[in-house]
Amino acid sequence: MSEIIKNGAIHADEWTLVRLAEGEDAATVELPAGRVIVPLAVWLARRDALLAQAEAGVLGVWLAGTDNPAALADDLLRLQLIAVDFPKFADGRGYSIATLLRARHGYAGELRAVGDVLRDQFFFLTRCGFDVLVPKADKYTRTQLETALTSLKDFSEPYQGAVDRAEPLFRRQSRKEAA
Amino acid sequence: MYQYDEYDQRIVDERVAQFRDQTLRYLAGELSEDEFRPLRLQNGLYIQRYAPMLRVAIPYGNLRADQVRMLGHIARTYDRDYAHFTTRQNLQYNWPRVEDVPEILAQLATVQMHAIQTSGNCIRNVTSDPFAGVAGDEIIDPRPWGEIVRQWSTFHPEFAYLPRKFKIAVNGATEDRAVIQVHDIGLDLKRDAAGNIGFRVLVGGGLGRTPIIGEEIAAFVPWQDILSYCEAILRVYNLHGRRDNIYKARIKILVKALGIDAFRTQVEAEFVHLKGGPATLTQAEVDRVARHFVDPAYETLPATDAGYSAQLAASKGFAAWAKRNVRGHKQPGYASVVLSLKKSGIAPGDITADQFDRVAGLAERYSFGEVRVTHEQNLVLADVRQSDLFALWEAAREAGLATPNIGLLTDIIACPGGDFCALANAKSIPIANAIQARFDDLDYLHDIGEIEINISGCMNACGHHHVGHIGVLGVDKNGAEFYQVTIGGDQGNDTAIGKVIGPSFAAAEMPDVVSSLINTYTEIRHPDERFIDTVRRVGVEPFKTRVYAEREQRKQAHV
Repeated sequence: MSEIIKNGAIHADEWTLVRLAEGEDAATVELPAGRVIVPLAVWLARRDALLAQAEAGVLGVWLAGTDNPAALADDLLRLQLIAVDFPKFADGRGYSIATLLRARHGYAGELRAVGDVLRDQFFFLTRCGFDVLVPKADKYTRTQLETALTSLKDFSEPYQGAVDRAEPLFRRQSRKEAA
Repeated sequence: MYQYDEYDQRIVDERVAQFRDQTLRYLAGELSEDEFRPLRLQNGLYIQRYAPMLRVAIPYGNLRADQVRMLGHIARTYDRDYAHFTTRQNLQYNWPRVEDVPEILAQLATVQMHAIQTSGNCIRNVTSDPFAGVAGDEIIDPRPWGEIVRQWSTFHPEFAYLPRKFKIAVNGATEDRAVIQVHDIGLDLKRDAAGNIGFRVLVGGGLGRTPIIGEEIAAFVPWQDILSYCEAILRVYNLHGRRDNIYKARIKILVKALGIDAFRTQVEAEFVHLKGGPATLTQAEVDRVARHFVDPAYETLPATDAGYSAQLAASKGFAAWAKRNVRGHKQPGYASVVLSLKKSGIAPGDITADQFDRVAGLAERYSFGEVRVTHEQNLVLADVRQSDLFALWEAAREAGLATPNIGLLTDIIACPGGDFCALANAKSIPIANAIQARFDDLDYLHDIGEIEINISGCMNACGHHHVGHIGVLGVDKNGAEFYQVTIGGDQGNDTAIGKVIGPSFAAAEMPDVVSSLINTYTEIRHPDERFIDTVRRVGVEPFKTRVYAEREQRKQAHV
């Protein structure tokens, strides 16, 4: 079982992420047992059938960089887990998608970063509202992952507001004149 | 100028620690080349043709004397005794060792400097007018706004991995000296009819492979909203800019594809949610930052210093320098001085460690300890008493910084080119030097008058060739270095993209090509007409015809 970082600590992952293989149909693809995170296409195709599982907290939905988070706007109170996929760590669309889910649409459930998730992006991911980081599979040993937790705290007082702290520094702190 | 407080200092110190750790993990093999690349680029570190290159940020081109000394110290200690000022007011070291970079950054941090976001697909170092605060045509001082944008964009978590690089420039004067029309976002400070401060916002300008002049997205955004408005633009770009093709990934391509009106509609749809939110600027914050940019303690002086007038009359050399390198100043009795980094035979924008020290000394002695960097790759001492100009000239001459050529043909903009840069198709510096050598007669240079020659070693256009009156672009033709020539480009309020005159030239032909262009101009110009004015009046054709006719004659003469 892989490991995830949740609220700053390492936990075992209980979820299985389903990706559609070439030729698989969102409407008919078989879902594994247990807690699953399905692609947006599966959710949209089978929403009525999956709604009870989502509300029971055993089914989540993941968004790709091309997906519009507004597609989930009506389901945000029902969904307890949404994931955003980073196909490459340098593909930054997920930062805006997360920001929109949290700040615009008010999503308050678990928000996971999945895919090419590396420690040197942990700080920015967390700032944009991800509370669960799923490091790239087999990338880090347990020891490395423990060390990587320090990356969550790379900067103590960032300048601009973001999801984690909406107020920018100039509203957060009284900035005295430098001598 | 801006002084860090404890928060600014902590952010830079934490960056040094972060990058030290990243570098160690890279050297230990824990970070792959691909994983380290964006991290090092966002610290200005390139792996170049022969060695790494480190690009240090000089926000809106402002430096203090102690910072200038530190830049010299680093050149001496970690490099080969020199460095290079860029067309985005930054500084590049050509020969640092990767393992030394964390220590270099640590030393920079001790003088409130860094290399944050000087490369990479993020919001780059903000640029502005080198004559901010002293120019007579200034409407609003752009420096506080440059600093506010710098802080907002530094480690913005949502915009660290954009489709491509993103450059913002701020202008606050009647005449644009920040080339805002060819930036991803150009911010033009304005007052509305009621006197309120705001910004005309341009978007989608840029040079590179596809040069495009930015279009107006908003006629007036109140200052309180400017960060929210920029955030709206960046979000639309981050979500919808192309990521499949690096050559089509800049915001200008998105703006062109959608059209400015459809792009504006998308931005407004974002902005409506952000307007009035926490990013809204406060008067207290603007005041806090602006307090760092108040006028220095000017003396009350007569508008014209009698001694200065006498010195101008007595020394032809001094007068020639003053004519080109000294600019008017809003404060009576003061002037701004441009120190030329365009001495013939030196790479344009290069400066030695010794010159850094001398510049720092000159700044302390004559200009309140401050220096500005121009995007034309020269330095400015902004606040010099007229009565000090002669002594300053003598000291600058001794330092090799008094070439009286600002705005003249030999004041060439050039990127480092194929001598250093891994991206280059061709060399830039030897072309610049060959043209400088051809036009070494000062009287002739003054007769030719104001002209800008800009040279880039590849289509990334670091040498801003598209907006040079004469633009030179290095191209690769079957493995050989050739140069494509454009004329009619311009910066400032009349920003224009130059037109290609025809087939490209070999390196050895370039001085002759420039001679043909200049001879065409001097024969057909009207009185008081600059080269660019003549090109605008008559078009490319007469220049093109003569260049290729004379080229043919030279070829015939050789057979």
